Amino acid sequence: MRRGIAAAALISAITITASACSGGASDAGDASGPVTITWWDTSDATNEAPTYKALVKDFEKANPDIEVTYVSVPFGDAQTKFQTAAGSKGAPDVLRADVGWTPGFAKSGYLAPLDGTAAGEEVAEFEPGLVEQGKYEGKLYGIPQVTDTLAMMYNKELFAKAGITEPPATWAEWKSDIAKVKDKTGVDGFAFNPQGYYAMPFLYGEGTDTVDPKAQKITLNSPAAVKGIDTLKGLVKAKGAMKLDTTSNAYPNIMDAFSSGKVASILQGPWENANVFKGSAFSDKNNLGIAPVPAGSTGKAGAPLGGHNLVAYAGSDAAHQEASQKFIAFMTSAGTQSQVAVKNGTLPTRGDAYTAEVTANPGIAGYQKVLSSGRPRLALPEYSSLYTPLETQLIKILSGQESTEGGLDNAAAEAKKLLSDYSVS
Amino acid sequence: MTAVVEGKPARTNRHQRNTGPGRGPLSRVKNSYDQRWYAWAMCVPVVLVLAAVVAYPLAQGIYLTFTDATSQNVGRTIGVNHIPDSFSWVGLKNYAEVLTGANNQFWPHLVWTVIWTAACVVLTYAIGLVLAIVLNRDIRGRGLYRLLLILPWAVPTFVTIFGWRLILADDGVVNQLLGLVGLPGPSWLSDPLAQKFAAIGVNIWCGVPFMMISMLGGLQAIPKELHEAAEMDGATPWHRFVHVILPGLRPVSSTVILLGVIWTFNQFNVIFLLFGGNSDSVQILVTYAYRLFFGQQPQDYAGSATVGILCLSILVVFTSVYRRWLKRNDQGVLA
Repeated sequence: MRRGIAAAALISAITITASACSGGASDAGDASGPVTITWWDTSDATNEAPTYKALVKDFEKANPDIEVTYVSVPFGDAQTKFQTAAGSKGAPDVLRADVGWTPGFAKSGYLAPLDGTAAGEEVAEFEPGLVEQGKYEGKLYGIPQVTDTLAMMYNKELFAKAGITEPPATWAEWKSDIAKVKDKTGVDGFAFNPQGYYAMPFLYGEGTDTVDPKAQKITLNSPAAVKGIDTLKGLVKAKGAMKLDTTSNAYPNIMDAFSSGKVASILQGPWENANVFKGSAFSDKNNLGIAPVPAGSTGKAGAPLGGHNLVAYAGSDAAHQEASQKFIAFMTSAGTQSQVAVKNGTLPTRGDAYTAEVTANPGIAGYQKVLSSGRPRLALPEYSSLYTPLETQLIKILSGQESTEGGLDNAAAEAKKLLSDYSVS
Repeated sequence: MTAVVEGKPARTNRHQRNTGPGRGPLSRVKNSYDQRWYAWAMCVPVVLVLAAVVAYPLAQGIYLTFTDATSQNVGRTIGVNHIPDSFSWVGLKNYAEVLTGANNQFWPHLVWTVIWTAACVVLTYAIGLVLAIVLNRDIRGRGLYRLLLILPWAVPTFVTIFGWRLILADDGVVNQLLGLVGLPGPSWLSDPLAQKFAAIGVNIWCGVPFMMISMLGGLQAIPKELHEAAEMDGATPWHRFVHVILPGLRPVSSTVILLGVIWTFNQFNVIFLLFGGNSDSVQILVTYAYRLFFGQQPQDYAGSATVGILCLSILVVFTSVYRRWLKRNDQGVLA
């Protein structure tokens, strides 16, 4: 008998320890009393987040029965993190999701539709193209919170010193301007951040994309795409361009170099406005020039239309969902968007938020003009996943480990794994 | 773990032989439980924990390699909604795809992993051996040197590696020193070839202390009389190294080399922390598998598991071949 007790004691001890480990995460929300919702914000934690934290306070003041737990999640980790949490435990009630993630999350069933809720009430005020990006199979899942597109950011002073009066209109002009800047001023003329997203203008300029959904075809390795990436390669290797940085610090390195006047031009989006204006070279905000990306050989310019939506988690209970909808409505209201735009330099997603105070910011005014050449993403759940294989191969192509054709063929083969019913050109 | 598994049946058998006629295995187990219930009880926690943290995930991983599971089609619970699994059995398709795939991913990573493992193990072993021999002599400040050489091991790996990231940066200390003597400094963290040297260098830095300490222990276990006898016989220092020190170190060497190979093959930290997931050509198999799982959307559970299982198989084959080779060369070592 004694040994039976001993064995039982051991087993129960183990069971208790094991269950103690899994205890932790339980829902804080009660049926009565204030509802606490969690918001995962993916904005830049130093430059952008303070504005959002202040807005959360304002929201809580206006809605005493709702409390918001603000969590800052690095943009780079957020997609995987939400994906993991949404399928099991610990997902937030509201997420600031990149427009490219919205269809994928909606397809997986993680998001609650917002049609006819408080969140979707003012949807008519928003830019129709952006609302379209928040929809999946006809239902509205994301309310556009900020928008952006890529443009050429340049340092007017350095360009003037190099004797350049007009921003370049073609890639070839840009290339010769890079050399001029280097010759006349000694600083690098251009720096490129080797990520898939930043290569898109070069594909659009040749009239192609990563995929062609109508023809059910992967066009990553089409001749047009090869031509576009060759153009990019020419620009990166151009005389006077900054040495290609492929380290994991490439992004901050390039931004530091640009905002301190060590690089004269970059391809970038308005989310960096606030950061750039903090730099020593842009203490006079008017020194920042913003020009549309040049056109490719087709004569048509194009840059990816990006931005972020606020989405609500489908797994939350009714009380939390209602609170989340109110929160989303508040965060995307015209007043809130103008405040964010003034403080962070990001672009509002609705016309009535472009007040005089907002457009006084040269960063916003510049990007507002180029927004019209923005290309919305294809409503394909896998679309934003295609940036990853493109990026992996892009680094190899630009650093000379692969030929443009070989690298893009590899990328297309990777893409084929994601889109098994598509053909590869 | 091995000791428990291997030791257990042997003891049961001996016990059986002493006490009575053997019947079925069931009664043998029962008999053993009656006699040694405390031993069984002591084993239970270990067995349960290992089953939970090793056996179950391993079985799950092997199962996934025969499916097309991704983050889009595995079952998930969203609030009150439960979406069941929708992935299907694909047999050996994943293995075929990884090994012959058009995406040109597995083989370059495998080749680099093998080069990386071989270079790191050979160099850390050689440097560790030299340092151990130097520090085994009576030199002034021996204790201090030993302490200093163990330090890289005592510092948390990520601290060491982030330190190296600063040292190897384009305008870091290494390139400044190279500049002083008029050599062009490569970009250690982004140039594909320089990256490989940087990775091996940093891993050697992290791996040498372990080799050195193990070998120092081995050296001190060689009886002084052997050295003296060799000296009496007029052996040169080289002869003593080849005929006394190396054979005397063999039990230690064979073990640390095996451990070194396994650890280096699976050395995730150095590559991941030094380069991030960005630089494809310097990724070894484990960091490549990690990227398949965590670095892309949808997460490729099946592909990642397949690479993981292939890593495991390669190491299992290597270990058994290595042990057999050792046994043939030197009866009794590591057996």
